[in-house]
Amino acid sequence: MRTVTWRTLVARKVRLLLSGLAIVLGVAFVAGSFIFTDTIQRSFDGIVDGSVPDVTVRADADPVESRGGPVPPAGVPQTLDAALVEQVAALPEVERADGTVDGFGLFVVRADGRLLGGAGAPTLTFNFSDAPNMLGQPSISVAEGREPRTEDEVALDVRSAEQAGYVVGDTVTLLSAGPVPQQEATLVGTVEFAGGGLAGVTLVVLDTATAQDVFLGGERVFTSISVAGAPGVGQAELARAVETLLPSGFEAATGDDVAAEIQGLIGTALDFLTTFLLVFGAIALVVGTFLIVNTFSILVAQRSRELALLRALGASRGQVTRSVLAEAFVVGLLGSTVGLLLGFGLAAGLRLLFATFGLDLESTPLVLRPRTAVVAYVVGVLVTMVAAYAPARRASRVPPVAAMRDEVALPETSVRRRTVVAAVLALLGAGLLAWGLGGASNAVLTVGLGVLAVLLGVALAAPVLSRPVLAVLGRVYARLFGAVGRLAWQNARRQPRRTAATASALMIGLSLVTTMSIIGASVNASIERTVRADFPGDLVISNAVGIPFSSSVADDVAQVPGVERVAALQAVSGRLGEDGLPALAGDLDDVEAVVAPDYVEGRAPRTAEEVVLDTDYAEDVALEVGSTVVFAAAEGLEGVEVSVVGLYEPSQALQGGLVSRELLDGSGIARQDAFVAVRAFEGVDVRELDRAVEEVVADVPTVTVQDREEFTEGQRDRIDQLLLLIYALLGLALVIAILGIVNTLALSVVERTREVGLLRAIGLSRRQLRRMVRLESVAIALLGAALGIGTGLGFGTVLQRSVADQGVEVLAIPWTQLALYVLAAVVVGVLAAVLPARRAARLDVLRAIGST
Amino acid sequence: MSQTAEPTPAASVRDLVRTYGTADAEVRALDGVDLDVRAGEFTAVMGPSGSGKSTLMHCMAALDAPTSGTVTVGGQELGRMRDKDLTLLRRDRIGFVFQSFNLVPTLTAEENILLPLSIAGRRPDDGWFETVVAAVGLADRLGHRPNEMSGGQQQRVACARALVSRPDIVFADEPTGNLDSVSGAEVLGFLRRSVDELGQTVVMVTHDPVAAGYTDRVVFLADGRVVDELRGPTAASVADRMTALQTR
Repeated sequence: MRTVTWRTLVARKVRLLLSGLAIVLGVAFVAGSFIFTDTIQRSFDGIVDGSVPDVTVRADADPVESRGGPVPPAGVPQTLDAALVEQVAALPEVERADGTVDGFGLFVVRADGRLLGGAGAPTLTFNFSDAPNMLGQPSISVAEGREPRTEDEVALDVRSAEQAGYVVGDTVTLLSAGPVPQQEATLVGTVEFAGGGLAGVTLVVLDTATAQDVFLGGERVFTSISVAGAPGVGQAELARAVETLLPSGFEAATGDDVAAEIQGLIGTALDFLTTFLLVFGAIALVVGTFLIVNTFSILVAQRSRELALLRALGASRGQVTRSVLAEAFVVGLLGSTVGLLLGFGLAAGLRLLFATFGLDLESTPLVLRPRTAVVAYVVGVLVTMVAAYAPARRASRVPPVAAMRDEVALPETSVRRRTVVAAVLALLGAGLLAWGLGGASNAVLTVGLGVLAVLLGVALAAPVLSRPVLAVLGRVYARLFGAVGRLAWQNARRQPRRTAATASALMIGLSLVTTMSIIGASVNASIERTVRADFPGDLVISNAVGIPFSSSVADDVAQVPGVERVAALQAVSGRLGEDGLPALAGDLDDVEAVVAPDYVEGRAPRTAEEVVLDTDYAEDVALEVGSTVVFAAAEGLEGVEVSVVGLYEPSQALQGGLVSRELLDGSGIARQDAFVAVRAFEGVDVRELDRAVEEVVADVPTVTVQDREEFTEGQRDRIDQLLLLIYALLGLALVIAILGIVNTLALSVVERTREVGLLRAIGLSRRQLRRMVRLESVAIALLGAALGIGTGLGFGTVLQRSVADQGVEVLAIPWTQLALYVLAAVVVGVLAAVLPARRAARLDVLRAIGST
Repeated sequence: MSQTAEPTPAASVRDLVRTYGTADAEVRALDGVDLDVRAGEFTAVMGPSGSGKSTLMHCMAALDAPTSGTVTVGGQELGRMRDKDLTLLRRDRIGFVFQSFNLVPTLTAEENILLPLSIAGRRPDDGWFETVVAAVGLADRLGHRPNEMSGGQQQRVACARALVSRPDIVFADEPTGNLDSVSGAEVLGFLRRSVDELGQTVVMVTHDPVAAGYTDRVVFLADGRVVDELRGPTAASVADRMTALQTR
């Protein structure tokens, strides 16, 4: 029996190759996801190990509880005196202690004037120190040149320096959100990080005094202390010793604890990424399952006579089932092995893809953990065998007497039972969808399972659902292609289960693509609508990384011909009564004229004693029109009494509250703008004005000028990029579905060898024969497209409705795009038919008729 | 139907009925057949097309289930047996030779011959295997695949396969139907020898009087009933009876 199984495998290797390919692709995706995220993990582990010292003295993780006082305003670090560093260093358990100053918000301008890093990995700044990490090596070592020693010197990590186009000796421009927005410094050295690669993070190293100037207002204090233990002193002991010296609000955390904390945070993010990628692997595997079920069904059908013979010769049902399953096992095993190898390739591809988003892992080799291999094999073999189980069972039901007959039909489960199961599945899926969207605890999983159940239900019901589609197609084919069209249509209809299963594989991919298209289009349409309503004025000048810029920009822009009026707005972290108020301050007349907030209650403010709030904020803090409350422009400033005179609809630009700039006068807060809105004179070409304004601000890097269209596009681009990524990942499922069509057609052609011979004998030309196969293929693809786009429309609409109150108010169905999918399906059908059609056309007429 | 007192028959059927389809479309392929197959004899079942001879054989060989009546093979009544036991019966006690050879195309001649044993997980008895192979004259063809052999050779492989597990009874369904007369004679000669020299019991369905001439006894079927019987037949005597049957 084993011999029979083995020989069958070898003899049908080409046919099994295609179903094997489905497993290869699915497993490759799963393995690739694991390899990739494990590689990221290792990369970050290296960073953590390389940067964490024996003990870190830092602000207590939860200051509110430990001090019982108010939460300090965000962005103001709690600091440690330099004297404390000395005290810690003097402890007998301590080998050395180094004060650290670190901060965000300093950016490097590249040699070409653009910002380094941008929206990708962050830029970290700290003072130079050769303090050792847990492993006893300095975290930072100089690679070239020397460390920075004065305020006009800086060092960058090797990669960033290279990317920014600087060499040691160059002048580097730095931007910051601090009191000195822009400064220049000489690049005196490049540094290397002990942990290996930095995953794209930019390191800016300053000398200690300069770092204190930039981040700590020039006070000689530190944000944390790196402590290295004396030889033989353990981390816990060291932490206890250091703890005794610390003021309240600070803690001494052991290196292990800090590392575990950071790794926990990274782990959460990585888990999300892994899940995200695995979802697509799972989709590919589900689609692959269809292909395998189909391949094995057809192979079993073609072998039914041989199977009957085995039964007649005394093979038990179990033996027949097992022999088919054994075949599946071998296919699964081989597929998994190749898939695992391909997984490396895929992980390398993902690494490249993510490098373009700023997560650079080039310096970490790909990681294969045993778990990855185990999962790859378990998934690959299990999926193949589960998929082959139903065909294997059916194979065992071939009656032995079939060995005596010429034509053998396998017993089929009744259409009614299938339809009932399908309906139950679809209902279950709909229920899960409703539950998931209605706020189940694990909404993503619930919705996912719901979608899967609905799709499987539709796939099961596909033989029935396909009837109307095929009926329409039949009429079209007969009219357009005559007898050949009728034959192709009959062929597609002949085995509704096979046609439906093949189309279902395509359906799943297209359904998800359609869903994503609808969601994407709806999100974009919603953004567009919001932007159209929200966009203040005709042009907006803002900063790419959210850093305030000099008020001179607004003054310069106001001089540009064509500009009617500008409104410059400054961001203020003020206090309103007991609550923090993120407000914008500006000239009230300018704001009214250019930005024109959309008041839903009350009116615009006219004096410095009047403020307006957005409706959401007002609701949060329980204020209404007519309330009187004390406003302070910053924490710790004395406030003035103001009255709320109006509430406006919050928009992207205007959130929180709007106050007169006069309230800032005398507060010591320097004037800086968060954004400037520009109104053009009637009839001025906004595009041209845009260009003119851009010229004026050309010498201020990071400041961008956008008109309404550009702004919308910028927003859309992000969505479109994400969609593109998802389409690319779903592409795998589509490729597998196409393989499925190729497979089904090739097997059908083999099965109908005799019939093909007969058609050729009575005068069908090779060309007509090829066309017949092609038309059948297109019919299958169109059926898949119809089912997929249909279900996708349903999913997309339901999902959009469920997030309608979260900003996606518009349901946009991209009909042109959907029409393109149908067209693509036709192309897919034609392509899938190329090889099977050629094969059919090559058949020798006489031999084809003679074959049994 | 004359029946002399004999030892236990190798196979027997009593009042066997097999119908296909239901109600209006019902076809009675077998309509109350009684038959005993004696051990060590070469029996032919003959009849015109549609007489039910193939159905009779399928029922006797445990390939098909009768609608009513009993089938007994080697003293065991098939109607009482479950699928598992029927499988074992087919595997260990029954051999088949089909009209269309039915070899597994991916296996060599030797592997095809040994297939029933390998399904059963039994080791071949070398002496018996060689005896069978020598008897069918295939010793130099064992490594060939079916598509490398002529029809006659393929059918001889099928015969060897039927005999290799030493079954109680071999059923042959039109074994010469797809062969030219020379190859057919070879196969029939072999079946004859297996009865004479190896003591095998063989039941053969055929509509060829020449093939029937090789047997000990011919049973004639018409319209699902046994209508006649002939002992020690010759091709001529069988042809006469057949003609009589068809013009009845």
